[in-house]
Parts: sequence; C-alpha cells; structure tokens
Amino acid sequence: MSVIVRTISRVVAPVALAFGAYVIMHGHLTPGGGFQGGAVVASVVALLVVAFESGRWKKWKDVLLPLEDLGAMAFTILAFLGLGATFFRNILAGGGGLFGAPVPQLGPNPGALNTAGTLPLMNWAVGLKVIAGLGSVVILLSLFGREDG
Amino acid sequence: MTALHVLTLTLVVVGAALAAWFKDLLASVIALAGASLLLSLEFYLLQAPDVAIAEAGIGAALTAAIYILAIRKTRPKEEE
Repeated sequence: MSVIVRTISRVVAPVALAFGAYVIMHGHLTPGGGFQGGAVVASVVALLVVAFESGRWKKWKDVLLPLEDLGAMAFTILAFLGLGATFFRNILAGGGGLFGAPVPQLGPNPGALNTAGTLPLMNWAVGLKVIAGLGSVVILLSLFGREDG
Repeated sequence: MTALHVLTLTLVVVGAALAAWFKDLLASVIALAGASLLLSLEFYLLQAPDVAIAEAGIGAALTAAIYILAIRKTRPKEEE
C-alpha cells in the first residue's frame, strides 16, 4: 500500500491495540468483553496485514494457531475448576485472593478491577482465542492466491 | 433525538446504496465500511454499546480488510 496508508497505520495501530486490551481487561465492569476486545485487536492485525506486505506475516501463522488452542483450553479448564460444586462455579469470587476483592457498596465501577473471580480470566481466554482465530483467518487469506494482480 | 436516529439511518442507507452503485470495487468496500461504522453509531444511540463495539470491530474493520485482500488478488473493476 501507499506511504499514506502505512504512516496512518503506524499511528492508529498502538491506539487501537490499547483500546482492545482495555475492553478485554475491563470486560466484567464496562460494556464489551473478550469477544469485542478480541475483535478490536484482530482488526489491528488486519490493518497491519493490509497496509504492509504480506510476506513477512507467514511466520505469525505458526504463533497464532497454538494461541487459539491455548485460549480454548484455558476457558475450559477455568470452567472445570468449579466442578466441586457445579460446572462454571466461580471459585475465586469473594475469596480475597486474585480477583477476589468484594464489590464496592455503591456498585461496580471501572476502577474495581480486582473483582468478579474467574470472569476476568475467562475474558482473557476468550479474547486470546478471538485474536488468534480472526487474526489467523486474515493472515491465511493474505497468503493464498496470486500476488498483487 | 429522533432526528439523529433518522439522520444516522438515512446515511446508512446512502452508504449501502453507494456500495452497490460504485464500479470501482475499492470505493465500494470503503462505502460499505462507512455504512457499517454509521450502523455501529446507531447501535450506540440505541444504548447497546456492547453491540456497537462488536459492529465497529467486525463490520467496519475486519470485513473491509478481508474484502480489500480479496480485491488485491482479483480484478479491481466490476465487469460491465
């Protein structure tokens, strides 16, 4: 692509990446979650693949495909952790440890990050799976077919 | 408030019509992405920010990127 597209991509990509990470990280407090934030981060991958040449992205495919499996495995393991009571039992909520702080009296606000138990971890797992899945779709699409016709 | 809804939805229809009307496929894809972005604004106005983020990420960015990658590997003009 042209130098205009590449320069704008360099400016936009870090901002969109930070916004996607924010949406995933605050998935249990604000609108959005693993899928929405993952879609935003995957759109950054799509932007970079479209703006820069496709040849250099070939090795990223081998990184993203195991990451997708890792996201699915992490989600399932987190769900099985609560099997002492029920499937998907939230074992960390209210426990005082990681993500176990009590919810503030006035209700949840975007600053109460250390709440909700396993939900933030599941958001990260879903986000990882969506980033790797949609990102590898775009990268594979850019690899196949004839070059710049 | 109603006027804003009407304006946004009219612009969505205009964007979709432009996407069907353009002969240059790259311009058509950009019109489709603009319509999708305005649709996500409409979701936000209807107080569904969750759907708006997903629509902006998938509809405006990823779909446009996939279409652009497909156009790059085929002919950039529509056949008469």
